[in-house]
Amino acid sequence: MLNYDIVVVGGGPAGMAAAVKAKECGVDSILVLERAETLGGILEQCIHTGFGLHYFGEELSGPEYADRFIQQITEKNIEYKTDTMVLEVTADNKVYAVNSTDGLLEIQAKAVILAMGCRERPRGALNTPGTRCAGVMTAGTAQKYVNIDGYMPGKKVVILGSGDIGLIMARRMTLEGAEVKLVCELMPYSSGLTRNIVQCLDDYGIPLELSCTVIRIHGNERLEGVTVAKVDENRRPIKGTERFIECDTLLLSVGLIPENELTREAGIELDPVTSGAVVDESRQTTQPGVFACGNVLHVHDLVDYVTLESYSAGEGAAKYVLGTAPEKRYITTKGVGGVRYIVPQKVNLNAGEDVKLYFRVGRVYKGASVVVKYNGYEIMRRKKPRLAPGEMENVILKESELAKFAEGGLVEISVEE
Amino acid sequence: MIYDVAVIGAGVIGSMISMELSHYNLSSVLIERFNDVAMGTTKANSAIVHAGFDAMPGTLKAKFNVEGTKLMPGICKTLHVPFKQCGSVVVAFYEEQLKTLQTLYDRGIKNGVPDMEIIGRDKLRELEPHINEIAKGALYAKTAGVVCPYQLAIASAENAVLNGTKVELNYQVEKIDYDENSKIFSICSGDRKIEAKYVINCAGIHSGKVASLIGDNSIEIIFRKGEYMLLDKNQGHLANTVIFQCPSEMGKGILVTKTVDGNVITGPSSIDIGSVDEDLSTNSDVLDSVVEAARLSVPEINTRNVITSFAGLRAHSPTNDFIIGESDVNPSFINVAGIESPGLSAAPAIGVYVKDLIVKKLGVSMKEGYELSRKAPVRFNELTNEQKKELIEKDKRYGRIICRCETVTEGEILDAIHSPIPATDVDGVKRRTRAGMGRCQGGFCGSKVVELLAREHGLKLDDITKFGGNSKLLVGKTK
Repeated sequence: MLNYDIVVVGGGPAGMAAAVKAKECGVDSILVLERAETLGGILEQCIHTGFGLHYFGEELSGPEYADRFIQQITEKNIEYKTDTMVLEVTADNKVYAVNSTDGLLEIQAKAVILAMGCRERPRGALNTPGTRCAGVMTAGTAQKYVNIDGYMPGKKVVILGSGDIGLIMARRMTLEGAEVKLVCELMPYSSGLTRNIVQCLDDYGIPLELSCTVIRIHGNERLEGVTVAKVDENRRPIKGTERFIECDTLLLSVGLIPENELTREAGIELDPVTSGAVVDESRQTTQPGVFACGNVLHVHDLVDYVTLESYSAGEGAAKYVLGTAPEKRYITTKGVGGVRYIVPQKVNLNAGEDVKLYFRVGRVYKGASVVVKYNGYEIMRRKKPRLAPGEMENVILKESELAKFAEGGLVEISVEE
Repeated sequence: MIYDVAVIGAGVIGSMISMELSHYNLSSVLIERFNDVAMGTTKANSAIVHAGFDAMPGTLKAKFNVEGTKLMPGICKTLHVPFKQCGSVVVAFYEEQLKTLQTLYDRGIKNGVPDMEIIGRDKLRELEPHINEIAKGALYAKTAGVVCPYQLAIASAENAVLNGTKVELNYQVEKIDYDENSKIFSICSGDRKIEAKYVINCAGIHSGKVASLIGDNSIEIIFRKGEYMLLDKNQGHLANTVIFQCPSEMGKGILVTKTVDGNVITGPSSIDIGSVDEDLSTNSDVLDSVVEAARLSVPEINTRNVITSFAGLRAHSPTNDFIIGESDVNPSFINVAGIESPGLSAAPAIGVYVKDLIVKKLGVSMKEGYELSRKAPVRFNELTNEQKKELIEKDKRYGRIICRCETVTEGEILDAIHSPIPATDVDGVKRRTRAGMGRCQGGFCGSKVVELLAREHGLKLDDITKFGGNSKLLVGKTK
């Protein structure tokens, strides 16, 4: 049995930032466990730029962004193990992991930081009718084949879903000589960042069709084409709008799912909307000493926000280990009227600092107001030119405001048109 | 070489017959049109071992079902195939269906089914806490169970190979000639030819067509299509036994059960689609109706938890029974046709029966010291921590997890690639190890499996297919 103060599950941007922060906060005994061959997580295959604009004020590629943290991990002598898969986190913060050099690892941690990231929604989860031929894969899998392995998944491409990875891959496949015939999106708006629609589709003349989906997959061995159709407001295909598009590849960019199997098995409470843990502002879950950050907590659109969130988790875990965490006096947060979710779901009134509440809206709004209420009393109202599900928003609860709240109170955020 | 026996079709029936034959002093070949064994009906069905009360008394279905179900636990144990005798319930949701339960029970008694019981509402809810509240009672059959059908086929074919059977894959039988003088069949595929004294036709949905190659046009097979949905393992609590509804003309209706791997499966639909087009596509209206029917049994079933859906074709004979025995055209040609449900349950018994038939014709004896089993596959995620430690100490490759969702190690995948019937494509690895069968459906591990297949078989990444033929995953290098 090994002993560490903090075990970090996942060595992507979230896990690395959390480990770095925890070290800076005075915890020495930290171990980062990463299942891939290298640190860096999914950033390693994101060779496009656009990372770090908010946090570093620079436009970095994915590997460059990751490298900033890998260097800090090395400089700060933070221990890590790659090619190591965590199998279980127990109720008393024991971590079981496996790799080929150490075999089965049994680690007693004082605190655990969950940073496992997310996975892509696969075809099976969509129930798209048709055959089960080769040539249908998630956009992220295609990204790995192209950017890491140097192989092309196909030449004539349709992309279902306008999530950011799908948009990025539309451009990437085009640059590699493939013809991207269409990006279709079920919803009447794109779930991707506006900048990606402009830079990845518009600049290359790739059509984006909204309220449109793939209703059938054709081909016995390799994909031969897809039937797409317009959908009505209930997302049901409209008869008569079907058309066949010949293609050998269908890439799916239809949503990301936080990978919370370990969290669920540990018995930690999950938020049904985010599919991530219920946390407070230090990103502590319902299991004392277990923290969560990054895409395993809720799916982010920018890694910059992942970094900031992970600093909170790293600091929270360090305080927990050092015994300096403030006493808990919680209020809860709740998204209502157009706001799908808020993270964190709980705020400690003794946090001793401003607390940022991140939230997402359920559809596109123009000129609407974000309204914050405390126990039903409006405490903040801000007009927004545009709100969209693809762009995470936030409001700040000032420390001075928190001081006025009472334990057990409720902060609600809503959108008013 | 002239084989004593050629078995056409490496589904669960052909594989089990081949295994039984391989224990005798004869030479045999197992012929399959696809890139792997277990590629037809065997890989896409309900995976149920039926107790045996469905078929009419006196039919081959009734006989082989009851016998096969009796043999199943022992065979699965011997071959290291996942099997669970979880029992089944046929549920009466309406008052008038209670009569049907009695009819089925009486039929079961006639067929020789042991351990049946008609149970009331309370006992049913005890067995199945998530069953629809309106359920009135059920026929509970304890001998029913769930098995992994493709593992059963793979395991028995592997055992056959270990005992000397030759397997010919990617061999589409196009022509069968028979020489009256030498009494030898020539089974041809393009310019390839296999010669044998006896032929066993286990060609599944194509068994009618294969029989007609020797002029036996007596077998009509209709493709009966069934669509299924598979739910995440975290829904496993929804069913403990195999939950049937009362049967209809077209079969046993929509069932809900926990698979032997812990997922929940529901289906099949039942639609006859002729006998030409091997249409394995799924359809939204059909799947909608499957879910609707499944919710009569278990109202909590939610499509949000579906991880995949698929379709399979059953070989339905209008005779409503299995067709097993010598062809009227040539007694050296044995038909094993029309094997639809309960074909999987019946497979072990059919294997023994057909073996006896051939052994008698050839007059051969049992091999001394034949292999009874196969190498037990490692299933890392089922091991205790101590066993995991020990295993990795012996072989480090079992310490490297490739499939995260199902916790499948590199060692297990390499074992599959180097097994007696080597996995050569991604789906072959999946069926042998479960890599890619979890909730991400190969999103993460798919490319690693491709790498391992390419490395071990000395191929390039873009040579690797999903399931043979033209099902390539990649189309060449980037610029």
